[in-house]
Amino acid sequence: MLTVSTGNKAVAMAVKQAKPAVVAAYPITPQTEIVEQIAEYVTAKELATRYIAVESEHSAMAACIGAGVTGVRTFTATSSHGLLYMHEMTNWAAGARIPVVMANVNRALGPGWNIWAEHTDAMQERDTGWLQVYVASVQEAYDATLMAFRIAEHNDVLLPVMINLDGFLLSHIMQPLVADKIGDFIPPLHLPHAIDVTKPRGYGGLTGPDEHFKFRWDIERSMRDSRKVIEETQAEFNRRFGREYGWTEDYRCEDADVVVLSLGTLGKEAEMAVDSLRKEGIRAGSMRVRWFRPFPKLDLNGRDVVVIDRDYSFGFGGVLARSIEAKNRVDLFSVIAGLGGQEVTYDDIAGFIRNRRMGEEFWFGVSGDV
Amino acid sequence: MFEIRIHSRGGQGGVTAARLIALAAIRDGKYATAFPFYGAERRGAPVVSFVRINEKPIKVYSQIRRPDMVVVLDASVMETVDVLHGLRPGGTVLLNSAHKSQFKDVKSYHVDLTGIALRENLVVAGSPILNTPVLGALAKLGIITAESAKKAIGEMFTDERNARAADAAFREVAA
Repeated sequence: MLTVSTGNKAVAMAVKQAKPAVVAAYPITPQTEIVEQIAEYVTAKELATRYIAVESEHSAMAACIGAGVTGVRTFTATSSHGLLYMHEMTNWAAGARIPVVMANVNRALGPGWNIWAEHTDAMQERDTGWLQVYVASVQEAYDATLMAFRIAEHNDVLLPVMINLDGFLLSHIMQPLVADKIGDFIPPLHLPHAIDVTKPRGYGGLTGPDEHFKFRWDIERSMRDSRKVIEETQAEFNRRFGREYGWTEDYRCEDADVVVLSLGTLGKEAEMAVDSLRKEGIRAGSMRVRWFRPFPKLDLNGRDVVVIDRDYSFGFGGVLARSIEAKNRVDLFSVIAGLGGQEVTYDDIAGFIRNRRMGEEFWFGVSGDV
Repeated sequence: MFEIRIHSRGGQGGVTAARLIALAAIRDGKYATAFPFYGAERRGAPVVSFVRINEKPIKVYSQIRRPDMVVVLDASVMETVDVLHGLRPGGTVLLNSAHKSQFKDVKSYHVDLTGIALRENLVVAGSPILNTPVLGALAKLGIITAESAKKAIGEMFTDERNARAADAAFREVAA
């Protein structure tokens, strides 16, 4: 059914269809609409979920873990400082192998206080054992949320999944949305280590130096196995609903001499930049990176690479750019743009590509370096 | 692509107007996006909202710099805001006013949305509702169809006064 929705509401609609047993949440701009909408579904008895309004994000994740360990489906949503406040528990969710699904509406970190889009919040979660996907349209926010439950809860994965959507740019925009009847697309969750009172077991016990690394390896093993599950899930989604998703969204890359890589809505804007550069005779392409964990294998052979980061790791560089560099051994032009909602247009992106300086880093809008 | 910038004051329903226009365009079978600029605005402060309408999917997320049309829901914002800023040559202005606009060298239309809302008693918390009647005016100007305008209003509001106000604006919009 064709309807219209904001990014936030699209996530809530997908959650309603996934029917989590427990949603625990604390509001924060620009995510609040998601948990408000879910609360409305619960109040209207359209969704039989135990909705726990907690006093902090740390508790929201703790409640999801506590509920999750009983073997039920859980969901929460957050942004920015809320995500950071959860950080201890996000590590715990992955380590305890609780397949929580969470929407993170990407927002800058203070100070200075800022409520607009930036990816540094999610980047600070990159080593936790969570799978991370970045979306770029209201439709994709809905689709990725449905797929997240199926991927997280797959027996070969059993790791939490974070769906990232750009604050305001995507969370608050209204776009067309096709909402489907999902049937049995998300099978029931069978958590092998769920608490069973008839078979008492210990949870969260001390693991010594001879054991701990095995649990760490087990997370990595599942992270590696998740690649196949992601591919199968996306293929099955396409088969059932007719919308295709991959590790990246590639646009006019086949014959491109220069490829621009980015996350989120910047990647859609980049497609416009590619079109305008092609008219000038510059053979450009755009590769919008969707999955950040596990990190995709990218085909960049022999091309100039421009990476736009809406994030930064101080003393190191743009996280996406340096990750691509490390995994692909390419010389690239790293652009830092869009921090804290800084406006970046397709004309700006075309300029980044046109004026690329391989091997250098460029901060968009910083005086003296423009 | 057709791009509209809406000027209003916080609380006057500019954001909802943008959403209604996008919804109507989608019901016309087109693609549309609607979004506000979220800043430190408060109730009563000048705010802008944006609508893009296109025959193909819309990939642009940045703000509208060169609108094809500017809609001014509250003429008093013009005391502090240059509402014509960036308007494309040949662009159009639609002003909520009982009086013919004083813009020079711009195709402009006016309609008394406030008067229509008061006449229909379409008032919430002391403020006349402008975002449903404005759809009627935009339908008359050919941005959306009258049928889809009604459909969009009906999908978001049950009170029939909204559709009546849109009809009135359709009839009354003038150059």
